Amino acid sequence: MPIRFDHKPGLVIYLTVGDPSLEATREIALAAIDAGADALELGVPFSDPVADGPVIQRASEHALEHGTSLKDVIGLARELRAARPQVGLVIFSYLNPILRYGLSKFADDAAAAGADGVLVTDLIVEEAGEYLAEMNRVGLSPIFLAAPTSPDERLQAIAEHSKGFIYAISRTGVTGTRQSVAGDASELVSRIRRWSKLPVAVGFGISNAEHVAQVAEFADAAVIGSAIVALVERSTPETAAGAVARFIKGLRLPQAAPAR
Amino acid sequence: MASIILPANPSESRPGRFGVYGGRYVPETLVAALDELERAYNEAKKDPAFQAELYTLLTEYAGRPTPLTFCKRLTEELGGAKIYLKREDLLHTGAHKINNALGQGLLAKRMGKKRIIAETGAGQHGVATATVCALLGMECVVYMGDVDMERQELNVLRMKLLGAEVRGVSAGSKTLKDAINEAMRDWVTNVRTTFYILGTAFGAHPYPTMVRDFQKVIGEEIKKQILVKEKRLPDAVIACVGGGSNAIGAFYEFIPDREVRLIGVEAGGYGPKLGEHAARFRGGLPGVLQGAFSYVLQDENGQIAQTHSVSAGLDYASVGPEHAMLHDLGRAEYVARSDQEVLDAVVKLARTEGILPALESAHAVAEAIRIAPTMGKDEILVVNLSGRGDKDMGILARELKL
Repeated sequence: MPIRFDHKPGLVIYLTVGDPSLEATREIALAAIDAGADALELGVPFSDPVADGPVIQRASEHALEHGTSLKDVIGLARELRAARPQVGLVIFSYLNPILRYGLSKFADDAAAAGADGVLVTDLIVEEAGEYLAEMNRVGLSPIFLAAPTSPDERLQAIAEHSKGFIYAISRTGVTGTRQSVAGDASELVSRIRRWSKLPVAVGFGISNAEHVAQVAEFADAAVIGSAIVALVERSTPETAAGAVARFIKGLRLPQAAPAR
Repeated sequence: MASIILPANPSESRPGRFGVYGGRYVPETLVAALDELERAYNEAKKDPAFQAELYTLLTEYAGRPTPLTFCKRLTEELGGAKIYLKREDLLHTGAHKINNALGQGLLAKRMGKKRIIAETGAGQHGVATATVCALLGMECVVYMGDVDMERQELNVLRMKLLGAEVRGVSAGSKTLKDAINEAMRDWVTNVRTTFYILGTAFGAHPYPTMVRDFQKVIGEEIKKQILVKEKRLPDAVIACVGGGSNAIGAFYEFIPDREVRLIGVEAGGYGPKLGEHAARFRGGLPGVLQGAFSYVLQDENGQIAQTHSVSAGLDYASVGPEHAMLHDLGRAEYVARSDQEVLDAVVKLARTEGILPALESAHAVAEAIRIAPTMGKDEILVVNLSGRGDKDMGILARELKL
């Protein structure tokens, strides 16, 4: 199923699965969808998250303390697909847990669970031959990151191999909240548009309605990660879903209300 | 067995691949910087002026060539093969790490980068990098796990004295792997201004190739020196393997010489279970960590395992991809020696030869002590003594109850 951004601006919500617990992530995910998230990135916790800042590092540690695995994430995707057929579901992982699970088995199981796409943080297009073949075989969308440092020839390759949407990194650095959205981001998105007609989502450092409004001026969707994960960390397992729902509802300013 | 992500055509040999191993598994943000580094390195490699400047520093500053020392008393006591030590411990800063730090430091200068970052385990690479930054007038930030800062405190103080900022890392097992994570996060953030001097033959392409090239002088010198002394090649070259830079440096020249056994010694720690050692070829599976596809100690969910070694420099969950290839090809053998065997080897070498090896290097010494008695008196072992042991006096005092 294609990932659709029916709301303007589109919202992609990242969750570290298993933080604070698998059950809590399920409740938070459902609340996020009902509050207006167009797509969810279901983050597979990893012991060595080199692309992530302190917030997602801590969340990953919490999730790993009680053994959250890729299998659990696929299981959660299956439940969410059954409960909310329309939402976009992306499995977001570092490569090693997928290799250990078995690339081909992962592709089969993720597709059967009803996931729409996969984003592998540390897999670049040049290394993705077998991965792309597997994604294509089962009809999953491979989503690649594009960075402000990516030259045009790389953006062209990223555009050529991406499906679903392209994830534009707002600035160099790890995940985490920032004061403002860098000027890097709009330039990057306009460069991506030269090579691709896919929707472009901007992430890294997007943490409030003002950021979302800035992103909406030049991109199709904003990805909110660390701000949500930090909110989950500040909440109790019982209050997290409600807090996340209120936060997401507040991300679209009144003039940019849902289009439907 | 983990599935392997291969380039489109696996038979196509391409830069950065050692058989199926190696590659470039990094966040997209770093790819342009790795491409820039690869281009700059390939140009520098062919530039006689760069090579001449590096040669001058290696000879007049670092102290190359290092001697090949015959261990007369140790050989007699063991009663078997003749044991030679390649004395990288005599280099400026006390270990082979300076070979690579000088090479990458000159490359950073050539690329116009003013800010240097590095990771360090035992502190030897951190000290070498801090030294080169002082020499070349560059800003230096070194990431080091909290556990390693405590057990290698002397090197922390040396780095500070040399003007480097040492940033402690409290994540994970607080050792080398976690220091590399934090250095990668710094690099991904400051990629436009910063040069990452990676200390071992690991990580994303071009690092494993570049670091090996800067270290292969070790094996080239061994070959020349042993041919002068013995008029023939050694029967085996032995080196400890953490990330694997001193080992690949010692082995590389001998890879075509099939009659020379290449023996890599990993950290056996205190037991065979996951978490008790850092022997990647005994308990690891192919996987991806910190930029490279290689053998990785990991659990059934693909999470990277905790490791243990008495030596901070070998306490790492993965291993250089060229070693992974040599392992699979059977061209090099990989064994593991325990913490206790290593401590015994330190004492033995100190008291028979008056040489105090680093705990890392003592793994190679321990293997030589184990196999020399099984070999004939006309056979020859060369041990790469990658570093000196002054930095380990705190651990040695405690473990040996001095």
